Amino acid sequence: MDHALSEEVVEQVARPGRLREFWFYFRENRGAVFGLWVFAAFVFIAIFAPLIAPYDPAIQFRAHALQPPVWQEGGSWQFVLGTDPLGRDMLSRLLNGARYSFYVGIVVVTVAASGGILIGLLAGFAPRWLDALIMRLMDIILAFPSLLLALVLVAILGPSLTNAMIAIAIVLQPHYVRLTRASVLGELGKDYVTSARVAGAGLWRLMFVTVLPNCLAPIIVQAALSFSTAILDAAALGFLGMGAQPPTPEWGTMLAEAREFILRAWWVVTLPGLAILVTVLAINLMGDGLRDAFDPKLKRS
Amino acid sequence: MLRYVFSRLATFLPTFIGVTLISFAFIRVLPGDPIVVMAGERGLTQERYDELVRQFGFDRPILAQYWDYLTGVLQGDLGTSFVTKRPVWDEFFALFPATLELSLCAMVFAVVLGLPAGVIAAVNRGKFFDRALMSTALVGYSMPIFWWALLLIIVFSGNLGWTPVSGRIDLIYYFPDPTGFMLWDSLVSGQSGAFASAASHLILPTIVLGTIPLAVIARQTRSAMLEVLGEDYIRTARAKGLPPARINGLHALRNALIPVITVIGLSVGTLLAGAILTETIFSWPGIGKWMVDSIFRRDYPVVQGGLLLIAVMVMIVNLTVDVLYGLINPKIRKR
Amino acid sequence: MSLLRIRNLSVDFATTGGSFRAVDQVDMDVGPGDVQAIVGESGSGKSVSMLATMGLLPWTATVTADEMTFDGHDLRRLTPRARRRIVGKDLAMIFQEPMSSLNPCFTVGFQVKEALRIHLGLGRADRNARALELFDQVGIPAPEKRLNAFPHQLSGGMNQRVMIAIAIACRPKLLIADEPTTALDVTIQAQILDLLLRLRDETGMALILITHDMGVVAETAQRVAVHYAGQKVEEQPVGPLFASPHHPYTAALLAALPERATERRLPAIPGVVPGQFDRPRGCLFSPRCRYADDKCRTVPPPPLGPDLGFARCHYPLNTDERLAS
Repeated sequence: MDHALSEEVVEQVARPGRLREFWFYFRENRGAVFGLWVFAAFVFIAIFAPLIAPYDPAIQFRAHALQPPVWQEGGSWQFVLGTDPLGRDMLSRLLNGARYSFYVGIVVVTVAASGGILIGLLAGFAPRWLDALIMRLMDIILAFPSLLLALVLVAILGPSLTNAMIAIAIVLQPHYVRLTRASVLGELGKDYVTSARVAGAGLWRLMFVTVLPNCLAPIIVQAALSFSTAILDAAALGFLGMGAQPPTPEWGTMLAEAREFILRAWWVVTLPGLAILVTVLAINLMGDGLRDAFDPKLKRS
Repeated sequence: MLRYVFSRLATFLPTFIGVTLISFAFIRVLPGDPIVVMAGERGLTQERYDELVRQFGFDRPILAQYWDYLTGVLQGDLGTSFVTKRPVWDEFFALFPATLELSLCAMVFAVVLGLPAGVIAAVNRGKFFDRALMSTALVGYSMPIFWWALLLIIVFSGNLGWTPVSGRIDLIYYFPDPTGFMLWDSLVSGQSGAFASAASHLILPTIVLGTIPLAVIARQTRSAMLEVLGEDYIRTARAKGLPPARINGLHALRNALIPVITVIGLSVGTLLAGAILTETIFSWPGIGKWMVDSIFRRDYPVVQGGLLLIAVMVMIVNLTVDVLYGLINPKIRKR
Repeated sequence: MSLLRIRNLSVDFATTGGSFRAVDQVDMDVGPGDVQAIVGESGSGKSVSMLATMGLLPWTATVTADEMTFDGHDLRRLTPRARRRIVGKDLAMIFQEPMSSLNPCFTVGFQVKEALRIHLGLGRADRNARALELFDQVGIPAPEKRLNAFPHQLSGGMNQRVMIAIAIACRPKLLIADEPTTALDVTIQAQILDLLLRLRDETGMALILITHDMGVVAETAQRVAVHYAGQKVEEQPVGPLFASPHHPYTAALLAALPERATERRLPAIPGVVPGQFDRPRGCLFSPRCRYADDKCRTVPPPPLGPDLGFARCHYPLNTDERLAS
């Protein structure tokens, strides 16, 4: 082709780059951007809760027990969101609760994802018998309903937030294994892997440098979605009395403590649940946005 | 087809063995002397201790113990509850109909609402209905159902007084329960008001348990439909001049159902996990509540046996879904 | 009077990078019983213009035209219901990928009979008889057995025959074949083309053949429209087109035919069809044209007269013949 001509042709709109394209699709999804902002606020609160919260979450103002929020008859600006049955400030407890949920999410996702990716990569590259063995093992874990298995694991290990996190990480990890293995097997057949092989790339290089980066998109989406699952399951365990123990201001545990006041003081029940819902919803919105932005199949046209 | 079923069965067996291994290991990995742990704070006489050692076979080699356990399981012997002294197997099947009834109701609720919702959303992609429906579905999907249950109780039982808060039926009714399904038994009993009472007890638990499956099915149906609607054969159907109702409801839905049925099958595990919370909150006498109670009572034979039975049930459902998948997907059927 | 008459048809797609014009001011006339070919590289908008005629484009597409009539119906103003009475009955289309164009969940028999039920209202026995007749007509051996087969149990060639059977089920007046042989083996390709021509002779339907294969065009078509980057750059009867192409693009396409090669190396057309982001300002073919000058690169050429094959070119080739005559 004549170069003088070609330069003149490439004058109009340049093709957008990959990362910019990704951001373009993500930004187009208003729900996802909203989720991102809420999640950012959640992280901010989780980090700075002790500085923002008006009181220590454990201090009991016995004289003000079960005081309603400020906008309701009997409420005061002293306790904006009211107090719980022991007279502790709801707002302070809710803000501090974000710390535990965030902590659970980060730890569980890190542990489950790193373990799952490693095992999944191994299964994808391993000889057939080892692959089959690993996948049967994962099938076994997946045969148990996740919450039940987590519950039983906590029963063995003893109820505490740490044990709850371990249990949830174990339960979530097979999903990463399956996902990673499936993407690895999908990539292994492609020409670029063959060419890397032919070029003499070692097994480790092939696994971590050649193949893994191309499998990351679904794993990142899974990480976002399991972040919310982890928060939900930890709260459920807390609610059943098998997670964080009172007086920890963990949202699920707070709900469990408030159950008997359900018809007398709506705020002690409604607010912690609302906090869980908003957080989980924001993360899921973000996860959906990530998935749509990564997945070219669902893109327009 | 037969070969397909056999290949599914071939993966079922090792998983079954693995599941029995895990439940077998459960009592043995309790920290400390399992028998002392099981006894809890009450303590034990030496005779009772020896009896328990013999009962669990702790004095025998580990492989022999597992063999005994496996043969026992295959014969329906899952040990005896510490608390009620009844066989775990019997207890399980006495409580199972309650859970099954609740789960079926929740599933019907989810499928009946979720499938059409997903189809309509996909067909009206990007329009107001689609956005509203999918936002609602995402809220449902993100719902902490134990909180959702409490909210519904506050509104419908507390403020409105429409629905009862717990149990399966009002205590004034008493009748034999040949099937264990309260809706059916109450209808057959002929007592006036019994059926209405049973049904009103079911409403809130059904909604609570069905919420997440409903959201999942609606979302999955929508995305499966969207994918199918972009296929070449849908263009062919349109080129034939078929009416949209037929294209969406027959040509597209039939193909979209394949992944949706898989999702419905896979949500059985989610459903049982949800049943743990739902039954606990509504005092629903099913296996979910039974498991939680047993964990708190340290009734370990029950926990062990329940764990195994629930896992086996999930596996059987998954196997059925796999076979069903082959039935509706002719590409597998005819191979 | 022509069966299909299109004037100034344009199709725009809304994409994330802005609007993209896939079909640009295309005219077309097809009479009853005509065999019209549309040739062009991938991305030249030849399929899209026909999908627009059928009303099969996705919602991201905007179709504009000064005129678009089929058999006396104004296709632009039809209600969806009225369009469905024509599409699939008088106006039928077959597609490039026979394997994915048939619904995997239904037997091919069901998919043939469906059209018969919707458009002709035939009863069960009549549908079956007609389906057998159709399968026989399109050369499917053992039709009774094949009716109950699923698409994945048949070969690509068989599936394309099924597609043709569906398309001709209601005796259409016009059949649009969108690269019907591209996905098939070479030996099957000839069979399918022969079948289409035979059916056209038997039923008197008109045929529009979309293809990128000049060899196919030479063997089958009466008239040929050459499309490039969404525009029709030339249209002539097949003989004159091969003898004296007026547009340099047509000439280059013909020069690339192996039978016409004069050197050992086949001459190729350098470069690719311009896409959304590199559309030239002037003549769309100018970046790849041997004869292009500054005028070509800045001023878009309007179509010339019928004696020059409506060529969109400032400097048409083979004009000396016209002067001589």
